[in-house]
Amino acid sequence: MKGIRWLMVFPFLGILGGIPFANKVTPYVLGMPFILFWLVAWVIITSIIMAVVYRFDPDVREEERT
Amino acid sequence: MNAALVIIFAFLLFSLYLGVQARKGKDMNLEQWTVGGRGFGTIFVFLLMAGEIYTTFTFLGGSGWAYGKGGPTFYIIAYGCLAYVLSYWMLPKVWKYAKEHKLMSQSDFFVSKYNSPLLGVLVSLVGVIALIPYLVLQLKGLGIIVSEASYGTISSTAAIWIGVLAVTVYVTISGIHGSAWTAVVKDIMILVVAIFLGLYLPFHYYGGIQPMFEAIEQAKPGFLALPDKGMSVSWFISTVLLTVLGFYMWPHTFGSIYSAKSANVFRKNAMILPIYQLVLLFVFFVGFAAILQIPHLEGSDADLALLRLSIQTFDPWVVGLIGAAGLLTAMVPGSMILMTASTLLAKNVYKVFSPSATDEQVAKLAKYLVPVIAFISLYFTFRGGNTIVALLLMGYSLVTQLFPSFVLSLMEKNFVTKQGAFAGIIAGVATVAYITLSGSSIGTLFPSLPQAVQDLNVGIIALIVNIVVTVAVSWIPTRSVSFDTEKRAM
Repeated sequence: MKGIRWLMVFPFLGILGGIPFANKVTPYVLGMPFILFWLVAWVIITSIIMAVVYRFDPDVREEERT
Repeated sequence: MNAALVIIFAFLLFSLYLGVQARKGKDMNLEQWTVGGRGFGTIFVFLLMAGEIYTTFTFLGGSGWAYGKGGPTFYIIAYGCLAYVLSYWMLPKVWKYAKEHKLMSQSDFFVSKYNSPLLGVLVSLVGVIALIPYLVLQLKGLGIIVSEASYGTISSTAAIWIGVLAVTVYVTISGIHGSAWTAVVKDIMILVVAIFLGLYLPFHYYGGIQPMFEAIEQAKPGFLALPDKGMSVSWFISTVLLTVLGFYMWPHTFGSIYSAKSANVFRKNAMILPIYQLVLLFVFFVGFAAILQIPHLEGSDADLALLRLSIQTFDPWVVGLIGAAGLLTAMVPGSMILMTASTLLAKNVYKVFSPSATDEQVAKLAKYLVPVIAFISLYFTFRGGNTIVALLLMGYSLVTQLFPSFVLSLMEKNFVTKQGAFAGIIAGVATVAYITLSGSSIGTLFPSLPQAVQDLNVGIIALIVNIVVTVAVSWIPTRSVSFDTEKRAM
């Protein structure tokens, strides 16, 4: 199940690929300009993605055993 | 003596105490001193890694950028986040290899992978040349913070001297253990101070976060997004990418990888660190809050936004806490830099040219070098004019030049030869130097290209030159030449 690591591509797509579309001040979301909200949202999604990867990565378990 | 000063000094003494006591019960050989005996768990490694993000640059510069540049500031959150993603894949590999081969420094990694001590000398020199200006930047920040927060009762010069002495003492005695312990205090302080300021100031002056942003948008339409020219979308993407690649190439960051006790430490950190760096948001909020409250900070004075607004708003004891947090943000990375630069020079430069030196002598030399490097940095802090500014601009680009030969060496079949790595790094570093000293941008070099290409971070050019040279030189058959070049270079 090492393929789970491909999830790590999404933060790059969301942040670097998304920025041309997210580069605007309005609408404000959660009090922040849209561009900032977009980045903050992706930071949080990234943490979630990394938690999922960690949960299913066989290397993690293998190391815990040793 | 005002309350602010008392608090700053109390924290200074407390950190010094923590830094020195960290030595207890450890036999300080080089492995203990520089990589903590490879025994640090998730929390210490987390703090060391986080400690290198929350430097004075983020404290002063993060709010300063928000104040002076607006939207482009957000790149800081983006690159940190993506660098941690990369770390999940990259750091466990580095750590395992380092443990198997008992590596102590970043240069050791290149020496071992490419089987060339001379490559280690080159990597060390690039590292030290990038590190010293970085340390100078921290010291200048420390001076500004303490002198502002003490309402001018301590001069910046005196503050820098005191800070450097404290760091030198505990680094020499406790090495990385000292850095880790002071990082504990620093991170707690920064968390409390940043979140408090970042929420209090917008609410106090504007009645909330969104009203603050709306007021800024009204006064300066578009300031909160990326502009069409200059720091545009293509600048953002290219700068974030380059910074992600360079992120772990700083010798002190690379070296702290070795201090972990298992590879899972990094995998765990890769989940927490992205969220944790959102603390920076609050630092940005402070800078934004200052825009309409203290206008007219021009140029590098923008970095004073956070301190000036705080002094205008709070009682001295709050300012003292801010000053103490600022002091610690300089001391922790400062201590890591001093230790790393000393280890590089002792182990990867001195030892190469006098191979008969014992491990004990090398460890001793590394410790003696700490005050020497501290004094050199002090000299540049007080005397360095334009040279140091140029070096500072180069620092990140310089260490990024180590990335191609580093990352290719992680592949199972690495086609890069030591000559290729050597030539690539030199070509990249030379390009960085030329570009920085001549003040070029892609726009000035190739004015006919479309705007989006002109705005690309100019560091990309150096990296491309580096990769082309690395690949080209690696393809030249070198079996017979290699021995000669190695000998001639000696």
